[in-house]
Amino acid sequence: MARFIVRRLVGMIAVLFAVSVIVFLVFNVIPSSDPAQRMAGKAATPTLIESINEEWGFDDSLPQQYVKMMENIFTGDLISYEGRENVNERIVEGIPATFSLCLGAAVIWMFFGILFGYLSAVRAGGRLDNSLTVLAVAGISMPLPLLAAFFLNYLTYKTEILPSGGFVEFTENPLEWAEHLILPWVTLAILYIGFYSRVLRTNMLDAMHEDYVRTARAKGLGERKVMTRHVLRNSLVPIVTLFGLDVGALLGGAIVIEGIFSLGGIGEYAFLSLKNQDLPPIMAIVLFGAFFIVLFNALVDIAYAYLDPRVKLGESAQ
Amino acid sequence: MSALLSVRDLRVGFATEGGLLQAVDGVSFDLVPGEVLAIVGESGSGKSVAAQTILGLTRSPNARIEGSVRLGETELIEADDAAMRRVRGARVAMIFQDPMTSFNPVYRIGAQIGEAIRAHRPDASRGETRERAIELLGSVGIPDPESRVDSYPHEFSGGMRQRAMIAMALALEPEVLIADEPTTALDVTVQAQILALIERLNRERGLATILITHDLGVVAETADRVLVMYGGRIVEEGTLDEIFYDPQHPYTWGLLDSLPRLDQPRQERLRQIGGSPPSPIDLPPGCAFRPRCPYAFDRCGELPGLEARLADSPAHRDRCWLSPGEKREARK
Amino acid sequence: MASQPNAEEAAPGAAGPWRLAWRRLRRNRIALAFLGLFVLIVAFCLAAPLWANQVADTGPNDTHTLEKLGVGGETREVVSPSGKPIGPQWFEADGKFFLGADGRLGRDEMVRLMYGGRTSLLIGFSAAAIMTLLGTILGLLAGYYRGWTDTLIARTMDVIWAFPVTLLAIALGLALAIGGLRIGPIHLSGESIWIPILIIGFVFVPYMVRPIRGEVLSLREKEFVEAAIAQGASPLRVMFAEILPNMLSTIIVFFTLNVANAMLLESLLSFLGVGVQPPNTSWGTMIGSGFDLLTSAPLLTLLPGTMIFLTVLAVNVFGDGLRDALDPRAKVRVQVEARAGMAADEVSGGVAP
Repeated sequence: MARFIVRRLVGMIAVLFAVSVIVFLVFNVIPSSDPAQRMAGKAATPTLIESINEEWGFDDSLPQQYVKMMENIFTGDLISYEGRENVNERIVEGIPATFSLCLGAAVIWMFFGILFGYLSAVRAGGRLDNSLTVLAVAGISMPLPLLAAFFLNYLTYKTEILPSGGFVEFTENPLEWAEHLILPWVTLAILYIGFYSRVLRTNMLDAMHEDYVRTARAKGLGERKVMTRHVLRNSLVPIVTLFGLDVGALLGGAIVIEGIFSLGGIGEYAFLSLKNQDLPPIMAIVLFGAFFIVLFNALVDIAYAYLDPRVKLGESAQ
Repeated sequence: MSALLSVRDLRVGFATEGGLLQAVDGVSFDLVPGEVLAIVGESGSGKSVAAQTILGLTRSPNARIEGSVRLGETELIEADDAAMRRVRGARVAMIFQDPMTSFNPVYRIGAQIGEAIRAHRPDASRGETRERAIELLGSVGIPDPESRVDSYPHEFSGGMRQRAMIAMALALEPEVLIADEPTTALDVTVQAQILALIERLNRERGLATILITHDLGVVAETADRVLVMYGGRIVEEGTLDEIFYDPQHPYTWGLLDSLPRLDQPRQERLRQIGGSPPSPIDLPPGCAFRPRCPYAFDRCGELPGLEARLADSPAHRDRCWLSPGEKREARK
Repeated sequence: MASQPNAEEAAPGAAGPWRLAWRRLRRNRIALAFLGLFVLIVAFCLAAPLWANQVADTGPNDTHTLEKLGVGGETREVVSPSGKPIGPQWFEADGKFFLGADGRLGRDEMVRLMYGGRTSLLIGFSAAAIMTLLGTILGLLAGYYRGWTDTLIARTMDVIWAFPVTLLAIALGLALAIGGLRIGPIHLSGESIWIPILIIGFVFVPYMVRPIRGEVLSLREKEFVEAAIAQGASPLRVMFAEILPNMLSTIIVFFTLNVANAMLLESLLSFLGVGVQPPNTSWGTMIGSGFDLLTSAPLLTLLPGTMIFLTVLAVNVFGDGLRDALDPRAKVRVQVEARAGMAADEVSGGVAP
């Protein structure tokens, strides 16, 4: 087990390296305009551009530029020229809000996704299945901003049932913390609920045809036990893999949601930086997000080994 | 002796896009306590469907099931789900062809056997079921059952897995064991071991067994009586000796002739039955074997009844219009 | 992966697998209804120049901030002094500002909606085409050649895949919007519509390569491939004339899913300002600009948003119907096979209560 973890960690570092190279390429190499100019953004002056050139080494060779970039980001000195603030500090400040949003949404979507998927599969073809399928397809077709706009308009502005934004720390006031997060959670979760319930439904329908399900019935097991202990249990395995990938990738959706609901986390920071075309924060946030997805992939691999005893530790889940 | 299991005129059809697929078309037989009844046929003959229907495993919205299956006093065809559940595993147990896929890969063997026990004895404790599982694994010849009970299915070899399947089937001491192609997925040497196990269980416990297979070699080892199925119908039935030494149906001849034999000269090609099995949706009228039968004649357009045509063997029945004399000629 | 209507296994005498699929599709009223919806939406967008010239008499970017509209005897201001744009006029002003004005700039919302749709649809389809094409080719190469080619392609895909798709697209969108793209002779300015198309097409490629590669790997082992190789067919021929036709239904279904995903990603990027750039309009940019006026003029956000929703919904539902028609095993149904053996085995594993 220990050897597996070490190997995974080494793999993670390799991937993170590749990711940082991609960030470097995307932001500094691929675009065809002057990199220092891009960095400076709207605050560009000739002196600023010159100092940026020095700090980032845009006159040096590419590998040297890369090293300088990594230095800047990781020594905590990264400054956004636009907002004149320390990027890394701002990111750390935003962590509670972003985590609250992502984890809460994840819990909600897993619960409802599995519930709806299970019900759809068990009553396949019936009216419940059809209604849930309709809801699911609608859910995955919904652009996030539309949903958010819809909720904001009818649940906050017009009727003031729920607050329109802002973040309250859990430690300050749990009730208000939840109140401010309900709309963001639901908005973020709906798309995933739709997707997960369909995936589970398909997996369960496939699993129902497996031989071991027939054996379970032949043993005299009641239908519910067959469905939960055998069909559901085996269908959950791919869901776990997906979950790992999706939680890691949540940051994208979080950018939109936090921006719209002004939750003040990393997502909103990214949202504003994008609006201002401010490069350094985006670079750092993107790296941060990539780090999370790599971390979650590794966790999923480990969890997978527990869930499916056929997988020997050391083989990555395909 | 009164029959343990009595099947009368069992018909199983499935409604599909292309029409009604009649998988089983009027099958009747009795299973007497302590006997091994073999049901032989190619894939598509309906043998598996018939067997699974006994336990109600083929029930579905597009299945049409008619006829009667009586287990002692209980009628199984119309029985409700609760009644079927009480029968499955406890009175009639079934093992399947592929033990690898027939066990759930994510649970330990002991846990799956325990599950079978608790399905009928919900108050059995974990300790009790574990003890019982160990005992069962030992009784089917699995070495070191105390540690094997905690293994996962993929950690067993093919033969061991099938033994474990059998152990699970015996957990509640059923009256009937249905074995659906139990050796098909196994190596030849292992096949012999499993058959020997089944034969021993039948002998020692008087466990009535229905053995389903396409392999006559398997039948010769273990069966008391044989049913030969083709196109969803029984085309010949009789004792083991009757079928092997005096077969009365051209299809049975084909099956016997296609067995590789040690006493045949090496150079001769293996005999085959020409043509391919019929599609259950598109059965020809009359005798289903007609298109492939070298001896077919006009009357074969009319479906022969399953009747005893030999004066001195009233239990040896077949579905062929040829007279006993003509059959003897054909067999020379 | 879905089982294919494999031409090799078609029953002799029965209808070919494509015809069977077509028949199944024809019976699926819901899928066809949504296909109709999609066609309507496309027609709506294609009619943009017609509407702009004949009815609204304005272009998507023409501003009318200080103008006034004469309706029935009144004059209404297109944009009020406080910045509130005029609401939907429907046919009261002869179709001008049918859906109102789009904010301080006073542009005709209806015209923008139609032109924006053209952009969104164009980007969705083009990106989907690129990702399907690239994904298929890379998957074919990786699955067929295996060895070094496979490792190279698979590892590259893994690295791109390590990046959350949305984040990568946002990063690329930002960088290229500011900087433009220059690859050899091709020079794209930051405003070009090709940039979002290429970005979206690119980030989804790994998502396609994996399943295609998997399917190629399994198809490769089949006898008809061995037979073709034994007959001296070149690798290119085997890949494109033997393996590819057997994956067609997978590819088609993927393509429809890709259109849906591409449109959603484009709307996200444009909303954030890193997708379509002004002066181009897409439904996504319209949502973005409409958001500031959510309280006073919610339609400006809800209209383009709903258009995206309806289009993606239509594509998804139709795509589902298409997949069901091509692979009925996805539904709980008994399949008809010519060989009796397969039928009995298939059937005996049926759903029992």
